[in-house]
Amino acid sequence: MAEPATAGVAPAAPAAEPVLEVRDLVKHFPLTRGVLFRKQVGAVQAVDGVSFDLAPGETLGIVGESGCGKSTVAKMLVNLERPTSGVIRYKGEDITRLSGRALKAVRRNIQMVFQDPYTSLNPRMTVGDIIGEPYEIHPEVAPKGDRRRRVRELLDVVGLNPEYINRYPHQFSGGQRQRIGIARGLALQPEIIVADEPVSALDVSVQAQVINLMEKLQSEFGLSYLFIAHDLSIVRHISDRVGVMYLGRLAEIGSDEEIYDHPTHPYTQALLSAVPLPDPTARERRDRIILSGDVPSPANPPSGCRFRTRCWKARERCAVEVPELAVPEVFRGDGGPATHPSACHFAAERRTVPTATEPDEGE
Amino acid sequence: MPEPQGARPGGDHEAIASTGAGGAMDLATSEGITLEQGPEGPGGGGPAGRPRSLWSDAWRDLRRNPVFLVSGLIIVFLVIISIWPSLIASGNPLSCDLAKAQEGSRPGHPFGFNGQGCDVYTRTVYGARTSVVVGVLASLGVAVVGSVLGGLAGFFGGFWDAILSRLTDIFFGIPVVLGGLVLLSVVTSATVWPVIGFMVLLGWPQISRIARGSVITIKQNDFVQAARALGASNPRMMLRHVLPNAIAPVIVVATIALGTFIALEATLSYLGVGLKPPTVSWGIDISDASPYIRNAPHMLLWPAGALAVTVLAFIMLGDAVRDALDPKLR
Repeated sequence: MAEPATAGVAPAAPAAEPVLEVRDLVKHFPLTRGVLFRKQVGAVQAVDGVSFDLAPGETLGIVGESGCGKSTVAKMLVNLERPTSGVIRYKGEDITRLSGRALKAVRRNIQMVFQDPYTSLNPRMTVGDIIGEPYEIHPEVAPKGDRRRRVRELLDVVGLNPEYINRYPHQFSGGQRQRIGIARGLALQPEIIVADEPVSALDVSVQAQVINLMEKLQSEFGLSYLFIAHDLSIVRHISDRVGVMYLGRLAEIGSDEEIYDHPTHPYTQALLSAVPLPDPTARERRDRIILSGDVPSPANPPSGCRFRTRCWKARERCAVEVPELAVPEVFRGDGGPATHPSACHFAAERRTVPTATEPDEGE
Repeated sequence: MPEPQGARPGGDHEAIASTGAGGAMDLATSEGITLEQGPEGPGGGGPAGRPRSLWSDAWRDLRRNPVFLVSGLIIVFLVIISIWPSLIASGNPLSCDLAKAQEGSRPGHPFGFNGQGCDVYTRTVYGARTSVVVGVLASLGVAVVGSVLGGLAGFFGGFWDAILSRLTDIFFGIPVVLGGLVLLSVVTSATVWPVIGFMVLLGWPQISRIARGSVITIKQNDFVQAARALGASNPRMMLRHVLPNAIAPVIVVATIALGTFIALEATLSYLGVGLKPPTVSWGIDISDASPYIRNAPHMLLWPAGALAVTVLAFIMLGDAVRDALDPKLR
């Protein structure tokens, strides 16, 4: 229950044929001034050049602190926000400029699970209507007479009593509501589920249940997950690969072992050193990196490396040259677990932290 | 692991089954999130599994609220006598005998006679129809126009929203009484329609602002985003998701405005630009009677009293409905 194996579902590295390819995704929200005649005075650079692949059956975790743009990435993937530039390819087809029928067809295959189960379900609709709505919007998926039965099946799949079909969302607890949200996401039998902090609004005991449910569904239906969270241990638990975001850019990306045990980007190292440890002796031995200052405003990000204002390694070069997200030169050809893309000029391994999930590797 | 049929693991509570109100409510509040319609109050419950909504909860609250019961009774009574005034008044409000002008109360004519010698009781009863018709139609008109315009502006935002917001500012700037004097003085029709039209013209911005704000709040909820992510059309999102959740404040404000519209009709009629004889209206009677308030106060007091009670009843009703629809006040 605590440590189910996700291995075997997908390889750590992206498979040959990714189901989703994201290239140089950018989203700038214009800052305007004026009431009737608006003029643009700047832009919040919520997402600024993010690229990754998602393989079939794989779970890619995205972590980062609040405001780093991870939710905006999620919204662009499900077409709730239009990217300023960049490409999102679903099975080779760019979906960022689709509209009408073609967009609707793509939406069938990419569904979203929302963060807050209290606002993601319409309080005026019964559970049956909520989970059945996808069929009303896409009538070709299920014939009319069959929908009720399918909704009951979905309730059963997510571990809820099918008899609850006529109840209203407020009659359920947070965990049950999130299951309803997952059932709605599954209704159209999508290939990709974008989960935007699906458990952060839940009680810790319920988090595990929902995560386990998601893992079960993944192996049952062969789903690909893009799993966004700020809880590092949960992301490690569910993800095959992990991307770390900072201020609209990916800082580092790699398999969960590469990121958690061999981080080379200073931001990832700082982030990991802040994970609470249940073991007091390990806690004393660890080397906690405390970052100074606040996250800079995304409306006016620092030049060069975005992390340089808070980085202890920052030099002249960091202010001038934007570090690329690529395998750092030092590790090239090394083949070890540190050989993964890291957007730092001075990427280096650091003896950091025994992480919570792997206490044995502490020393 | 997710167990079928919701066996009770750890913190994941069972949905309320047949236990009545307690369970579901505690559950909602203990999670620290107040939801719009957390069912509260003892005595709730009802048969197992019967769906409950904001409206059924509000209705249960209202049935026990004395303010609602009293104002509701008054309004039901008013509606009945507006439809069938002859039920309680046998006379004709337009048959007047100048010989009896300004006479006081006497058997068969409990409220006395007015300056034209018409029976005040009969006229007060018949005047209810005008007031109710003006109040109800003006409120309906304002609610429909205001919520459609405000709702669309809030839902789509952008350019038309900016235009509409400035337009509401302009209409808000028009003083009601002065506007009425100017606009209605050129109207010669003796029907209620110009008055209702004027009220809608000046009343919609208030509702429009409320509807716009309410729609903007609801629109940002994840369930609307979820519908959009599913590929729902704009009409579907508006009608299925936004409207049912955004309409409550509009209903409440329209109910409260109903009372003020009745009072406004009386004001305009009193000023001579509202309804005109032979229409029977409280406002006209108050206007006619006001010069004689010292020697024949009954001519003024009865229609004015009826007006006051009616306006109060509608405002109290609106108040009670607002409280019932706002779980934070429950």
